[in-house]
Amino acid sequence: MSDGELIGSYIVPVHPHTVLVPEQNEGWGRLRDAFEDAAQRIKDSEADLLIIYSTTWPSIIGHQIISDPNPEWVMVDNDFHDLGSIPYSFNIDENFAHAWNEANQKRGLKSRTIAYHGFPIDVGSVVALKLLNPDNAIPAVIVSSNVYSNRAETTVLAKACMDVVKSTGRKAIAIAAMSLSNRMFTKPIEPKDDRIHSLKDDEWNHKILEFLSEGRLEDVGQLSRTIHQQIRVNKVVTFKPMWWLSGMNQNRNDLTGEVLAYEALHGAGGAVVHLDPAPSGTGDKEYDEDDVEYFSGERNVLDAEQSATEELVSNDSDTGDKIEQNGPALWEPTESEDSVNSAAAPKPVGAYPHARRVGDLLYLSGVGPRQPGTNAIPGGPIHDESGTTLDYDIKAQTQAVIDNITRILEEAGGSIDDVLDVTTFLVDMDRDFQGYNEVWAETLGQVGPTRTTLAIRALPTPIAVEMKVIAKAR
Amino acid sequence: MGSSMSKGEIVAGCIAPHPPHLVYAENPPQNEPKSEGGWEQLRWGYERLRESLADVEYDAIVLLSPHWQTYVGTHFLGLPHFKNLSVDPVFPNLFRYNYDLEIDVDLSRQIHDRASEAGLAVKMMENPDFRVDYGTITTGHMFNPVWDKPLVVISSNRSRHYYSVEVMQEMMIELGRVTREAILASGKKVVVIASNSLSHRHFTTESAIPEDMSKEHITSHAMHLWDMRMIDYFRSGQAQRILDEMPEFTEQAIAESDGGGLSWLLSTLDVPSYPAILHGYGTIIGTGNAVVEWPARNYKEASE
Repeated sequence: MSDGELIGSYIVPVHPHTVLVPEQNEGWGRLRDAFEDAAQRIKDSEADLLIIYSTTWPSIIGHQIISDPNPEWVMVDNDFHDLGSIPYSFNIDENFAHAWNEANQKRGLKSRTIAYHGFPIDVGSVVALKLLNPDNAIPAVIVSSNVYSNRAETTVLAKACMDVVKSTGRKAIAIAAMSLSNRMFTKPIEPKDDRIHSLKDDEWNHKILEFLSEGRLEDVGQLSRTIHQQIRVNKVVTFKPMWWLSGMNQNRNDLTGEVLAYEALHGAGGAVVHLDPAPSGTGDKEYDEDDVEYFSGERNVLDAEQSATEELVSNDSDTGDKIEQNGPALWEPTESEDSVNSAAAPKPVGAYPHARRVGDLLYLSGVGPRQPGTNAIPGGPIHDESGTTLDYDIKAQTQAVIDNITRILEEAGGSIDDVLDVTTFLVDMDRDFQGYNEVWAETLGQVGPTRTTLAIRALPTPIAVEMKVIAKAR
Repeated sequence: MGSSMSKGEIVAGCIAPHPPHLVYAENPPQNEPKSEGGWEQLRWGYERLRESLADVEYDAIVLLSPHWQTYVGTHFLGLPHFKNLSVDPVFPNLFRYNYDLEIDVDLSRQIHDRASEAGLAVKMMENPDFRVDYGTITTGHMFNPVWDKPLVVISSNRSRHYYSVEVMQEMMIELGRVTREAILASGKKVVVIASNSLSHRHFTTESAIPEDMSKEHITSHAMHLWDMRMIDYFRSGQAQRILDEMPEFTEQAIAESDGGGLSWLLSTLDVPSYPAILHGYGTIIGTGNAVVEWPARNYKEASE
């Protein structure tokens, strides 16, 4: 495992004024100066990847990621076309885009890459890349903002992105292209007359910037819905880039923040903000919602089977935990001197730990594909509560088992490369062996443990595959 | 109402929805992706609309597109010719269309000027690099695949988002009024089109074969009921009732009437009390779409 990391985050405004006519208004000029300051900071940081989440690229079918290595065209804004045209030619990291897309899908997100000649790169991304990366020296990746995505989905999108940043050893910068208050004047104005649309918007913007200057990013994320209600015109996306940016920063509240500029752009609030991961020692966080690792929300609406799957997961009002109705109750993993338990692994269905360290070896309890937190089963359960058989995807289940094994081994300080011996249990050998074997070949098959595969009648939860693992202890 | 001295005429008003899936399904040479068809109910509806107007003479098409979204007033394409590649930012896998279209700049400016005199915020779009939105291209193609009529293209002013459906409607009714005046004063025969869907809740997934019609249906029963209610009003000549219920329809059906096109269209047609012709209804990734024609040419006495 390599040591990629996020080395900085920026919030930048989306309007084209800072590129095309910064000289027409002193505030626009100050924003342009702040962009140039940020560009120099990024250059000095020796970042090797810029990741842009843009609110001016809405999507409907999940999230879209630009993967064309060199998108070129001329951008003209829908409203401010009279200010001029912005020709662009960008340097996109297509490999990262594809890896992120795959990571999204592993975490249950709908996602796809986009590499079509003439695809219209949105104004927010064009402005950000033109000014933050003027010589195209740093490769970039751009992701859309899904119209329907909620906090869980947006957070998981960030986590999937960070999976790839870490695994590829990148030194990445996250950029949210967005307005603060987004209410513009609805009539043309003279540049000299530009100001924040209302005092109320201005006061909220100052409050947001006060939080950000103290590095309290997660607090802003938690206030996102309130901020949207107070100072946002309900365009296609809400104030959700704060969810994404906070997710990219492990939902921290102790970043080192600096507001480089804050000005009006045709009435909207535009700010250039730098968030450095260096701890400021400021705030602690109170995480107010479930920390979601895997998205299992309303996505496969075309498939009735998926709807059935989602109905199987309900909320237990007594404990606040998500529990699987279609199977036995969940337990907290037992603790002992040698036990290894991971919050990132699914809860046991009995009184046992996730793993136990004995000498140089690590013995794992049987690991299934259930997802931590939601208890959802990637690929779907094999039957519903009444026992009616459902269709399911053995490949998705097998991959999820291996992902859960990886999390437990990482909790123990090791990795998937430490696996020595595996016993696999399949409930339907005839149906599932081939799919299971294909995923194995691409994953554990590359590591090389010994393996035994058995057919059994049933497992405690409605899953098709479980693995028992012995690994080297670290 | 319009001057009785003028020779201008609105020969028809139409709802002509713009999901790019329809062009994709038609496989025209201008569109790069190729399909095995799909969404036939709506494409047959467009066929019937084209047949209905085949023998009707007109000079221009005036179209309001919900996908040219403007927040600073209402904008009009203001150059005589636009040629470029239009790639849908949401469904680029379906729509990459090489367009080449003519604009009736005189009529655009006449509507623009009257709107300005009426106090509406308006702007002519005269940047030659501007890419025409895919909604305009889709409706333009489906309505008139040979592209032999000049267009007037009006942006969708998103005043609903800034204020309310009521304020949006007030502004769009005013825009419709001056559009009608300008057309009647121009001496031209014109078709007016609102390029919008009805209920507008999408599926958030796409089937492996986008044109797989076994996956296509309305997103919910509530959306279906609203669509049928609107279609009843269309077919029974109750335009005023549509305007009256627009706030509820827009909110509850998440309807694309939020872009103002339907209110503008009905106002441009002088809130018709004669029945519209339903040429087709179908769903596209769960949204409700109708191809509808108000044959204004047959009801001149009633409307002027």
